Amino acid sequence: MLAYLVKRLFQAIAVMFAISLVSFAIQDNLGDPLRELVGQSVSDEVRQQLRDELGLNDSFLQQYLRFVGNALQGDLGTSYFFKEPALDVILKKLPATLELVFGATVIIIGLSVPLGVYTAIKPNSVASRIIMGASIIGISVPVFLTAILMIFVFSVELRWLPSFGRGDIVPVWGYWSTNFATADGWTHIMLPSVALASIMLPLFVRLIRAEMMETLQSEYVKYAKAKGIHPGRIYFVHALKNTLLPVITVGGVQIGTMVAYTILTETVFQWPGMGFMFLEAVNRVDTPLIVAYLIVVGFIFVVTNTIVDLIYGLVNPTVNLARMGA
Amino acid sequence: MSLLSVRDLTVKFAMRDETVTALNQISFDLAKGERLGIVGESGAGKSITGFSLMNLISRPGFIDQGQILFDGDDVARMSDKELRTMRGNRMAMIFQDPMVTLNPVLTIGQQMVETLRAHRKLSRAEAEQIAIVKLREVYIPSPEERMNQYPHELSGGMRQRIIIAMALLLDPQLIIADEPTTALDVTIQADIMELLLELCQSNKVGLILITHDLGVVSQMTERTLVMYAGRIIEAGKTREIINDPQHPYTQGLINALPQQTLPGHKLKQIPGAMPSLTAIPAGCPFSPRCQYAVDHCRSTLPEVVQYAGVEVACHEVNRLHNDRLEQSA
Ligand SMILES: Nc1ncnc2c1ncn2[C@@H]1O[C@H](COP(=O)(O)OP(=O)(O)OP(=O)(O)O)[C@@H](O)[C@H]1O
Ligand SMILES: [Mg+2]
Repeated sequence: MLAYLVKRLFQAIAVMFAISLVSFAIQDNLGDPLRELVGQSVSDEVRQQLRDELGLNDSFLQQYLRFVGNALQGDLGTSYFFKEPALDVILKKLPATLELVFGATVIIIGLSVPLGVYTAIKPNSVASRIIMGASIIGISVPVFLTAILMIFVFSVELRWLPSFGRGDIVPVWGYWSTNFATADGWTHIMLPSVALASIMLPLFVRLIRAEMMETLQSEYVKYAKAKGIHPGRIYFVHALKNTLLPVITVGGVQIGTMVAYTILTETVFQWPGMGFMFLEAVNRVDTPLIVAYLIVVGFIFVVTNTIVDLIYGLVNPTVNLARMGA
Repeated sequence: MSLLSVRDLTVKFAMRDETVTALNQISFDLAKGERLGIVGESGAGKSITGFSLMNLISRPGFIDQGQILFDGDDVARMSDKELRTMRGNRMAMIFQDPMVTLNPVLTIGQQMVETLRAHRKLSRAEAEQIAIVKLREVYIPSPEERMNQYPHELSGGMRQRIIIAMALLLDPQLIIADEPTTALDVTIQADIMELLLELCQSNKVGLILITHDLGVVSQMTERTLVMYAGRIIEAGKTREIINDPQHPYTQGLINALPQQTLPGHKLKQIPGAMPSLTAIPAGCPFSPRCQYAVDHCRSTLPEVVQYAGVEVACHEVNRLHNDRLEQSA
């Protein structure tokens, strides 16, 4: 078990290394930090001097090592626009994004499991056909269109739900204020989480359906029938458990990916999270903030994947974590 | 009275273009506690027969007609609930490959307990006790520990023993075993067969044993059905069928046995192959491969007749029998 953990940790570090290299290369090539710092009116000599002081004339490797060294100490540079440490800017925005992703995840899991199972058990029913048809539409319609449509229907026409911002949020701890403490917060997070879920939900329904149908063809399901086991138990104990094992791996990766998808959703709903912030940072060519965002998102991605792998190992009896580490 | 009485059982598969017949008017009986072998080459319809006895044929297959009278009830016409009450309880099945039969994410204990509790009102603890007793009967070492293990932690032979124990959990009247040892290591095949025989005898359980292996059939069973292309072409006492087979196909199967071949000689395989369901020949389905076939065989389906103590479906059975007598005389 420990060996597996260590091995997994090394993999995670290797991935983070790659991400840092790419991010740094972007920083190195994107815009001139000097112009952002001093504006147009400074003479070339002063510029050169500043370049030396800032270490911008050092070799790529030197600059990169410095960048990694700082990053390890939690210093991802200073945002040009906010004049604050980039990491702080992001951490302030992070809770809003994580709550949005959490809302979407709950919707995805809560709906995809029953829908996927139902369409697998009754593949020819009218309801299944409707669900499968809708899922194709769901996959092919872009998020911003779904979002705008929902705003039009639920905010503009029906006036049921607000269309922008987080509403009443309640401080919990540090930078974290939550949407889930007030009714107003709940109504605000509704549309954005549904919009964010709208891409992944159809994929999950189809994935669970496909896995479930395959499982239902297995010998052990046939054997369970031959033993006189009740269909409910066959579906939800024998088949579902085997269905969800592969879904956990794919699903975990997808939920990590969703953090990146928040850029669009947050922008449409003016959701004050780090996706929205990222788009603004790009507009302002706020390079340190862009790079810090990439690193934080990469980090979240790596952490979710590692956790998912560990969970998979724990719930799948055929995976022996102790042996896998060897 | 017989325990099982199958009459004119016909099973079809609705394929995209046509409906094919996998079992054609199968009829046979099984007495209480009797052991019956079903033999035939791959694709003969042996497994389909086994599964239809439990009414476990799933789409696109269906039981088209016929009766499966099991202890007085027609399995072919039972409701889902009646089927559930019967399966695993009065009639149990042992599948071919123990590596894929057990659910990989449930422990042995969970899979045994659920079977007991599906049919009897028992507490978990009571069910566990019964399961442990049954595991002991199939010579599983330290059964208490096995209960908490997952299938992948056990060898194939061990798993098949456990599956045999599961088949016996509810003291069924009939066990259907579909090639229960073909997936196992050759060295333990005989052990498993012996165990199965011993348990069927001591518990007075009927057995339908599906196999390719005529040697196994002669050790294990009292009566034998020989199947070809979805039909029973010869049936009778195992001893008769092994010692004096009447149908040319059965003779071919026996001549192909390794024991019948002198060392250094090639196995005498029957030439040709079992027809696919979409291309079953007219007349006697075996006629294209039969060295004795005459025109009549290729046009008319032979009826099942009583001959020399067995039931056989061959037009030329009398002529062939006399030829053999002459030869040996
Ligand atoms: N689901 C299915 N759809 C269509 N045809 C099928 C299906 N299952 C079986 N068959 C056909 O039914 C025939 C009999 O199959 P069955 O499995 O009973 O053969 P078998 O005698 O058990 O052979 P084996 O010794 O290989 O197990 C075969 O021709 C097979 O192709
Ligand atoms: Mg078979």
